[in-house]
Amino acid sequence: MINVDKIRKDFPIFSRKINGKPIVYLDSTATSLKPTQVIEAVNDYYTKFTANVFRGIYTLSEEATAAYEHAREVVAAFIHAKPEEVVFTKNTDESLSLLSYAYLPYHVKKGDSMVTTILEHHANFVPWQQYAIKNGCEFRIWQVGTDGELNLKDLETLITKNTKICAITAASNVMGTILDIRKIVKTVKKLNKECFVIVDAAQAVPHFSVDVMSWGADAVAFSGHKMLGPSGIGVLWAKKKTLDAMPPFLYGGDMIREVHEKETVFNDVPHKFEAGTPYIEGAIGLGAAVSYLLKLGMKNIRKHEMDMTAYALGKLKKIPGVTIFGLSDAKKRGGVIAFHIKGVHPHDIAQLLNEDNICIRVGYHCAMPLHEHLGIGATCRASFYIYTTKKDIDALVVGIQKVIRIFR
Amino acid sequence: MDMYREFILDHYKHPHHFGVITNKTNAATLYNTSCGDTITMEMYIDKKSKKIMDIGFSGSGCAISMASASMLTDTLIGKTAKQAKKLKTKDIITLLGTTLTPSRIKCAVLPLEVIQKAMNNTV
Repeated sequence: MINVDKIRKDFPIFSRKINGKPIVYLDSTATSLKPTQVIEAVNDYYTKFTANVFRGIYTLSEEATAAYEHAREVVAAFIHAKPEEVVFTKNTDESLSLLSYAYLPYHVKKGDSMVTTILEHHANFVPWQQYAIKNGCEFRIWQVGTDGELNLKDLETLITKNTKICAITAASNVMGTILDIRKIVKTVKKLNKECFVIVDAAQAVPHFSVDVMSWGADAVAFSGHKMLGPSGIGVLWAKKKTLDAMPPFLYGGDMIREVHEKETVFNDVPHKFEAGTPYIEGAIGLGAAVSYLLKLGMKNIRKHEMDMTAYALGKLKKIPGVTIFGLSDAKKRGGVIAFHIKGVHPHDIAQLLNEDNICIRVGYHCAMPLHEHLGIGATCRASFYIYTTKKDIDALVVGIQKVIRIFR
Repeated sequence: MDMYREFILDHYKHPHHFGVITNKTNAATLYNTSCGDTITMEMYIDKKSKKIMDIGFSGSGCAISMASASMLTDTLIGKTAKQAKKLKTKDIITLLGTTLTPSRIKCAVLPLEVIQKAMNNTV
């Protein structure tokens, strides 16, 4: 079990009051709050060993390089990967776009198909859709039922011998659906072992234990800012031989070994994909975030989020006029709940909740195709993390009742 | 609560000039992709006098954008197209008479943007 009261003391933002009222933060799916341990790790780089990495012979630079590479080791161990297979990027979007520029053009040709799901965040949808449009490929979408669940059997018709890419999310940022990636990858590979499977793990890595080796996918992407880390640092994982075979995506410093007038020899992976001075303090902060999560234990985190989700689902479904989207079983979903209040636009709901500093997200949550597919317009979304309490959820319930009262 | 004054909610629940008009001369639709609002404005502008004789709006949106559309149609009917083209964001805020946060100003201004687009778009 995790001690939420103790955890909350690590998050300085909770001491802030807006208009004299505390903050009820229910938008961790958008970004997580940051604990002192992460803030201090970033601050240490600024106050104790500010220097560029891989370049200096002096102590400060050696320290900065060691801290940057240590962060990579920590992140790699966290997802059961090798450090050289962990590429630091800006975020999930960049990790996925990197693949669309460095992998797709060499493997996906006119007439080939690419498969994704309707649950995707735009980051794991638009790159493949746009590539398909430009290159005359078929873009296939694995549809969900109204409860947000995918039927594994559908893959039998979706995946053919010409399917070169299958891009799937590990957990939906709207419906909360958690996908059984291991089973999906196994099924896809059985249907076509050449199909390159890409997993958007932005909503998975922060919330439960992820083992990229056991997943069996070819590439995995996630962001640091959703898992207590700084914004602007993300990860692309792929097997070394995959990364080795891909050409660089960005050119410049650090990613080269030798440059001559007529030729350039690129650096080894992962550095080949990290052109220019990287986000050193971001990586260090992410390393500290991972250490923080590991101390709590991913199983305990998952259990806490499940408890919060079950509690919230129970409370919200009792309010007349509230519609909840997604599966009703908290065990099958992440700590995110999308909902509607009858007759009230999501923007008005968020605005009124804001009067009590209740922070929720409204709109399409970067998943417009899903909203269109379900025909539900914009939605409200409350999401939970390690610092969420039942009190936060009670505040949301009271807030929703207030909204209903005002709009009655 | 300041933003959701009684008259705003009244316009939202019972919008004026909601629906289509039969004799439209101009029309346009705009989306606000961040929140999924969509507003269509149909206008009947008299050729000779250049006066706005009628407006009908349709679509869906938040209380602020709907109330803004409702109040704007009230204001503009009977005015000239030239007068309508002159309206700016600050005029909409004055019209709504409520406090708006920066993210909600977009909602409030959407109906005006549709009107101004429609005026350049004869049907």
